[in-house]
Order: sequence, then structure tokens, then C-alpha cells
Amino acid sequence: MGGPILAMTDATPRFEQAPAPQGPAVRLLGEWTAAQFAQPRVFRELRHLLPAQTGQRGWDLRDAAQLDHVGAQLLWDHWGQRWPERLELLPPQRAILERVAQFTARPKRSPRRGPRALYFAFGAKLIAALGHVRGFVQLIGQLTLDLRELVRAPHQAPWRDFSGHLYRIGATALPITALVGGLIGVVLAYLTSQQLRQFGADAFIVDILGIALVRELGPMLAAILIAGRSGSAITAQIGVMRVTDELDAMRVMGISHTYRLVMPRAMALSIAMPLISGWTTIAGLIGGMVAADLSLGISPIFFLKALPAAVSLPNLVLGMSKSVVFGILIALIGCHFGLRVRPNTQSLGQGTTASVVTAITMVILVDALFAVLFSSVGI
Amino acid sequence: MTDAVLSTVPPDGPVVEIRKLWSAFRLPEGRMVVHKDLDLTVQRGEVLSIVGGSGSGKTVLLRQILGLERPASGEVRIMGQLVGAMSRRGASSRIGMLFQHGALFSAFSVLENVAFPLRELKTLPRRLVEEAAMVKLQMVGLKPGDARKMPAELSGGMIKRAALARALIMDPPLLLLDEPTAGLDPDSSDGFVNLLRSLHHDLALTVIMVTHDLDTLYELSTRIAVLADQRVIVAGQPRDVIAFRHPFVEDFFLGERGQRAMELLREYPFAI
Repeated sequence: MGGPILAMTDATPRFEQAPAPQGPAVRLLGEWTAAQFAQPRVFRELRHLLPAQTGQRGWDLRDAAQLDHVGAQLLWDHWGQRWPERLELLPPQRAILERVAQFTARPKRSPRRGPRALYFAFGAKLIAALGHVRGFVQLIGQLTLDLRELVRAPHQAPWRDFSGHLYRIGATALPITALVGGLIGVVLAYLTSQQLRQFGADAFIVDILGIALVRELGPMLAAILIAGRSGSAITAQIGVMRVTDELDAMRVMGISHTYRLVMPRAMALSIAMPLISGWTTIAGLIGGMVAADLSLGISPIFFLKALPAAVSLPNLVLGMSKSVVFGILIALIGCHFGLRVRPNTQSLGQGTTASVVTAITMVILVDALFAVLFSSVGI
Repeated sequence: MTDAVLSTVPPDGPVVEIRKLWSAFRLPEGRMVVHKDLDLTVQRGEVLSIVGGSGSGKTVLLRQILGLERPASGEVRIMGQLVGAMSRRGASSRIGMLFQHGALFSAFSVLENVAFPLRELKTLPRRLVEEAAMVKLQMVGLKPGDARKMPAELSGGMIKRAALARALIMDPPLLLLDEPTAGLDPDSSDGFVNLLRSLHHDLALTVIMVTHDLDTLYELSTRIAVLADQRVIVAGQPRDVIAFRHPFVEDFFLGERGQRAMELLREYPFAI
């Protein structure tokens, strides 16, 4: 007699081996259900201890309080997916086992990828990338046509959307950009003051902070923050509209996506971006000014007096015009990925990630381009 | 492990017992009462259809049975136990729910969706889980080749079938259906009704469904409960319900639409 293995409740699936006239038999007891297998160890121990299926061994399922499809699957697999010769069971149990026997199948594995498949996958990626470029150029072209429409009938343009985006993208971003800008200013001032003090060139901290923040760091920081904050929001908004068929509804009404969705966002960002960039620069300069006062003893009054001389006007113009380009770029990239979302949630997530990564990369790329093209201006 | 898993063998009493249920929501304008002293009992093996006008609280009632809403007062018992007091573990072995739009996880393939409740137990080997999912998949009429498809590639009828397979993966004794045939074309709708009927028979299920479709209603229900005036105004055999005098019942069953579906009564004498 192999006794019960697990001392648990009546419901615990277990078995006992009983001698029978025709040979040994395994009698199942308890509930052979998925809910019972949820307890740790129960399943593993059962599978270990269940005696192997051999020719003479009989199986008696009639005393099992319950048998569900998972329990039946366990037995069927244990029997090597064949009916044992001696099997006692109730009609409902037979029905379940017959269904399991009929339908047991292994799902097909996805085929392994050989070099040929990799080659084609690379090609598909390349074509997809070209598709993105093409789609982006189309978007710019469509936007240009829509601008013509705007000039022809300015009173019909979506101005309410425009002002809403201006507020959401611009005004609500002011606290975070000020905080980040101010902290970067402090860090920059502290680090450079160490070096400048060695050369006795303390006063040049105004030049360094001024040029760096106005020309590079202010616009860049603002653009990266806005790309993360608003670029992702734009993609998600438009992407959800795709998932819920709102984009198709809009097209059915004869309203252009670019005119109603892309244009107001691009316009709002092209105006909000230079303003936020200026705001971030000012916050950075204030942070730097305080840090310079503390570490080098350069008074704020001197700092403010020396600043206009250190930073010539072209630097400011360059910084601001860069920001306009960044703003339009972030809006267009956000809209581009939003419009390409396919109607499922996974695609929405992928699109949002791709949008933010692409926007930040493009911002840095364009910034480098500006640095090369205008290297002789202002410095 | 000290917390023994509850036995899923339903005791002899009713599968669902709702007594003096109040459901209320707090809104900015004040309290909105959806159910007031609602009573409903569902016996084993029944197919109970819940009908009612829009806003009469059919879906809220389903959500109460599922434990997704809390009763403001009163109690909801499933197989003798209070819904609120049940553990989350093994929930899918007690109730299967088919949501109106399937609610398949769109990031998973059909097979992964169906296998999800079993895989989450973390105690069963992958091979067994996948085989069990494949059995259920074919039981609801999907082909083995559909297993690796993503939900976005499925038709409406296939989504419902895959969602049904997921709801039934742990063989729950109770199945809840929210508009099972809504959004299906007549052919798929008939196929799905036949599938539900045969599963109800084969798996000895107790089914509670919310439906607006009179054909589905007449073909499947053994009992109909009418929700109106914040409670169940009548529950009983279809014939008795139709005979009940209430503006909603008369409009719903005896309107022109109802007359057409009544033709089915002669063909299908509730032979489930």
C-alpha cells in the first residue's frame, strides 16, 4: 500500500495504490483541478510520485471528487498520450478525457531565423526606415499646403486648439524647465569656478556661463525636456485617436488630419519653444549668478553688467531661432509617429517610445548642424 | 502552506445569491442609486439572461457578481461565500467572464492569452500549460494554427472565441457573459450561440448573461430576469416573463422586434 503522500485537506489531489485481482491499480482521490495545482509543490510531487504507466497497471478515477481539463491533461501526458488498458471512470470524466485526447496538440514553434531570414529582416527594417523618411516628407508637404489654406481663410483656422496646446505645452512646462535650468546653471558655475580660480580668470565666468547657456544649453535643455514631455503626449493623443477610430471619423467628415491635428501643434510648439528656451536660459543664468557669487565672490551686479558685453546679440538670435526649429521638429515627429500607430495598444507604446527617442536624437543632430554652420557667428 | 485552497466543488445551494443589494455611485451631483433592495438567485445549471433598458444597471450587476464593485449594502454570495471575502488566488477557477469586446491582452498572442491564468499560477510546467490552452482553444472552435496569431489579426467572432477559451481555461463552474453576440454578424452570432449551448451542456456550466439580442435570449436562456425600477421586477421562465405586465416588458418582448423573435419560440422550445 503506497499511502497518501500529502497530509492536507480532503480536496488535495492525491492517489493510493490498491491491489486488484487483475494487477495493481492506482486510485485517484481529491480534486484534480487547476485550482488545487496552484498550491506550491502539489503538482511537482504528484508528477514525481505517480507510478509510471505500464501494461498491467490499472487506473481508477471514480473516487476523485473532481477532474477538470488541466487534471485530465496531466493524466493524459502521464499516460504517454495513450489510453491505459484498464481504466475505470465516470461518464463525465470520460467526456473530459476524450476531449483532451482529441484536442491535445503542441503549438507550433516559430521557425528559427537563419542568415537568409536575418538578411530579409534587415531589408525590411531599411524599407521601414525609408518609409518613415517618406512619411515625414509627406507630412511637411501637407503641412505647407495647409498653411496656404490658413493664409487664405485665417478666421476658419483651429485657433482654440492652438491656444489650448500653447497653454498645455508651454505654460505648464514652466516650473520643471526653470528647476532643471537653474540647477544646471549652478553646477556649471561651480565646476568652471574651480578651473578659473587657478588661472585667476574669475571674471570670465560671465562669458562662459553667458555663451554656454544662451547659445547651447538653454535651447538644448528646453528642447530635450519638451521632447520628453510634450512629444510623447502628442504621439499618445493622436495614437489613441487611431485606436478608437477617431482619426477615420475625422477623415470621413472631410477634415484633414494635418490641418486639424498637426498644424495647431506645430504652430503652438514653434511659438512656445523659443519662449521656454529663453525662460530656461534665464533660470540657468540666475542659478549660475548665485553660484558665482558664493564660490568666486562675483557680485550679481557685476554679473549683470558684464553679461551684455560677453554675449553679443547674434548668440541670442541664434539660440532663439534654433529653438523655433526644435519646436517644429518635436511637433512633427510626435505627430508623424502618432499618425502611424496601428490600432492596438502595443503599437501605441512602441510609437510613443520611438517618438521621444527620435525627437531627442534629431534635436541633438540639428543642434550639431547649427554649431557647424554658424561657427563663425557671434563668438 | 497553511491556507488550503478552497474546494471548487459547488455545494448544493444556489450558485449565486444576491440579497437586498444596494449599488450606489457618488457623483458630483449627489448619490446615484442603481440597485435598490435587489434580490436574485441563480441555481446550478441555469442559463439566466438579464435584460433591462440602458442604464438599468445590468453591467453593474455583473460587476457586483464579479466583485469589481462593492455593495453599498446587502450581500452577494457565490457558492455560499461572500464575494468581498474571497481571495484573489484562484479567482479564474470560480468565475469565467467574457467581456463585451473580449478584453484580450493585445500584447500577447492568442495562445498566451488563453494560457495566462494558468501560467500565473507559477506552479505548472510550460508544456502542460500550453497543451491545456490548445485543448481549450480547439474546444471553442479555433484552429491550432490560430494559436500564434495576435488579437489584432482576429475577426470579431474569433476574438470572442479566444476570450471565451481564456474565461474557461480553469473550468470555472460559473460563466458570465456581457453581450456575447453584440457586434457579430448573424452567421457568427448563430455559431457562437451554438457553441455556448454545447459548452453549457458539456461542461455543466451555470451561465449568467446580459444581452439585448432577442434571438440569443430565446435560444439560450432557461430563465430571464428583467431589471427595471432599480430591482429585478420579474424572473422566471420566458413564457412567464412575457406575460408579466410592465411597460418595459411589453415594449421589449411584445414590440415589433419581439414579435419577430417570438417566431423562434415555436422552433426552440427551450430544450437546454
